[in-house]
Amino acid sequence: MKKNWLIWAPLALFAFLGGIFLYGLVEPKDEYVRSNLVGRPLPEFALPAATEGVQGLSNTDFADGKPRMLNIFASWCLPCKAEAPFLEQIKEAGVEIHAIAIRDKPEDVAAFLAEHGNPFVRIGADMDMLIQLKLGSSGVPETYLIDGKGRIIHQHIGDIRAEHVEPLIAKLKEAK
Amino acid sequence: MIAEFGLAALWLAAALALLQAFAGIGHWRGFSPALASLTRPVAVVQGLLCLISFGCLVWLFAITDLSVLLVASNSHIDKPMIFKLAGTWGNHEGSMLLWVTVLSLSGTAIALFEKRLDHQTLGAALFAQALIALGFFAFLLFSSNPFERLDPAPPAGAGLNPLLQDIGLAFHPPTLYIGYVGLSVAFSFAVAALLTGKVGPAFARAMRPWVLLAWIFLTIGITAGSYWAYYELGWGGWWFWDPVENASLMPWLAATALLHSVAVLATRDALRAWTIMLALIAFAMAMAGTFLVRSGILTSVHAFAVDPERGAFILGLLVIYIGGALTLFGLRIGVVREGKTFALLSREGAIVGNNIFLSVILAIVLVGTLWPLAAEAMGDKISVGPPYFNQTTVPIGLLLMLLLIVGPLLRWRDDSLARHKALAGPALLFLLVACALFATQPQAGLWPILSLALAAATALASILPLLGRNILRIPLALWGMALAHFGFAVCVAGMAAEQGWKVEKLVAMRVGESAVVSGWNVKLDDVHPVVGDNWVALEGQLLVRRDEDTTIMRPQSRQFSSPKQQTTEAALLTRWDGQLYAVIAAPSEGDASDRWQVRLWWKPFVTLIWYGGLLIALGGAIALFGRATLALRKRRRDNPWSLA
Repeated sequence: MKKNWLIWAPLALFAFLGGIFLYGLVEPKDEYVRSNLVGRPLPEFALPAATEGVQGLSNTDFADGKPRMLNIFASWCLPCKAEAPFLEQIKEAGVEIHAIAIRDKPEDVAAFLAEHGNPFVRIGADMDMLIQLKLGSSGVPETYLIDGKGRIIHQHIGDIRAEHVEPLIAKLKEAK
Repeated sequence: MIAEFGLAALWLAAALALLQAFAGIGHWRGFSPALASLTRPVAVVQGLLCLISFGCLVWLFAITDLSVLLVASNSHIDKPMIFKLAGTWGNHEGSMLLWVTVLSLSGTAIALFEKRLDHQTLGAALFAQALIALGFFAFLLFSSNPFERLDPAPPAGAGLNPLLQDIGLAFHPPTLYIGYVGLSVAFSFAVAALLTGKVGPAFARAMRPWVLLAWIFLTIGITAGSYWAYYELGWGGWWFWDPVENASLMPWLAATALLHSVAVLATRDALRAWTIMLALIAFAMAMAGTFLVRSGILTSVHAFAVDPERGAFILGLLVIYIGGALTLFGLRIGVVREGKTFALLSREGAIVGNNIFLSVILAIVLVGTLWPLAAEAMGDKISVGPPYFNQTTVPIGLLLMLLLIVGPLLRWRDDSLARHKALAGPALLFLLVACALFATQPQAGLWPILSLALAAATALASILPLLGRNILRIPLALWGMALAHFGFAVCVAGMAAEQGWKVEKLVAMRVGESAVVSGWNVKLDDVHPVVGDNWVALEGQLLVRRDEDTTIMRPQSRQFSSPKQQTTEAALLTRWDGQLYAVIAAPSEGDASDRWQVRLWWKPFVTLIWYGGLLIALGGAIALFGRATLALRKRRRDNPWSLA
């Protein structure tokens, strides 16, 4: 037997696989798909207004020195309704929030805002989810924190709940 | 009462497995003839007890005994009887009991039918089989007890996932499990051979039918599973490279390689160590597959509940059995003498090539399946999809086909190119056909066209080994090989046709409107509600027409009541040259246009995929039958006391 080590190769390979299996078992599973853009500038986009009486949104509406929030929502999305009061709180704390409505109709957006209030300054309409994909967002609602230079500094996946309000505001204040 | 009886039978079977392990050692080492004489009967009784236990669980599901936790959480009083029965293995505990029952019955089958293996190796094999059974008995009894009671009993039961309420559930898991777990016999034989050091043609001849049997069932199980996913999920695809699909494909690849290498060992006494290794790998893959499925560490359409504790238990068993077997291999393979050698251009050479290609495909699938997990361990997040698998496995699969064309025509031990000059002409012809296809149908793509040409060549070549022989004297095993190879060609032809020439159309239709897909005129005639046993559905009535051929297709969008879930039931229309596949979905909420989303596919010759799979299995069955009758005849001839 010249190549004695070859005999043990399968066992070594299995030990490696076993290690991966063990890791998969022990490590809690992170089902979220995070955006690769966190820490990078917003991609270029220019969206038309989502409904009558509001203004459309483009990436140039950010980088003017003021940190802002970008909320991605839809009138047909249940958690978006749940987070509406907390967005209102954040707005009252002095944060400017822009929004993108995903796959929505103008009349539905209007109805949504009438019922749940409008904490947004500008609302762009992303009919084909192209900008959502560009942003690396995998669903609604999602909220991005954008610093004064137009860079994404944080991605919040899922609805904003009461306990998220303070930390999000604090993060944005740090950004400047 | 029945539940307790089933549990008691399971405990008894576990105890007997322990006894079998000791008896097996006695058998193998020969220190206690009394103990040795126990091995076979104990293995038989152990299997029967397991079967009784499984029967009890089936019975509990049949009468919907809701005081049993498993029944209450997976069944429902309103479910049709066939799904109540099949629901026995539509859940973790029940399916593990089925797994263990097949494992135990494999031991029983060895004890009853294995007459060729030498006394010592047989004892060691039954010892190994008992050890494996013990671990999985412990898993069932300590962490997955299917007979646990629920007090108080609920009135109705939670119901079964609607996707599983299909006739496919009745057949797919049992056949797949017989295949998976049937490979445990080859594993035990290999472990036994390592313990006794007796590896040679006699050992290979003893192992071959067992591998063949498991492989036949695995082939049927995968084929049936593919067709089930094809029509039940309503996605129009027949293979998704889903981790659980891969988990069934990997043991099949290993078993296919083993089937070929064991033939070399049986006929030519070569590839000794390699055959042993493949036998270990095949069942190791089956166990690892069970772990992947049962632990839920990979995201899959077979989204079973994630349970780290159970996962850890199976991982422990994997480490003991696979780690143990591979360690044994490292320590003992030196005892196995090197087999005979052969020239590169020979039947053995071709089979080694087959084994290499199959192993490479196996490695590719394994890497692709586990890569997301490995990447996550390194802090990266990726998913591996069909493009990776298709781009890597298809070219190697085609090389494998090239070998398949030539291999069976080569002589054992040594051959010369000069003998096969006649093949050059036909080869050139097929190349020209492929070029012509590519010139006229470039939209089909390179790989489907190459695959189609190679499939045609393989189909033709698969018959060649039968030519020039007296047709009545061709051994059944040879018929089986030719048919299985032919089936493989048929299967690949189906894949190529589907991949290269399918036509897909997504249309939004009002009632009364029509669409055309690949020569078929499809008119949405009507949409009406229908009511089933435990579901309601909106059923589309599609009037489809091609020339004189007019018929009605009825795809449904079903709403199940318990548990609440929506499924799409595709409608399939099969014709000699392909299948029309239709799925209907209700208009999206708030859409007032009353247009129905209808998705239509024309899939030319797609059914060949599954017919091919079945032909492969049938070829295996014919070969198995041929070998079994041959062995029986030989035994009768050798035994002067036989009645024959």
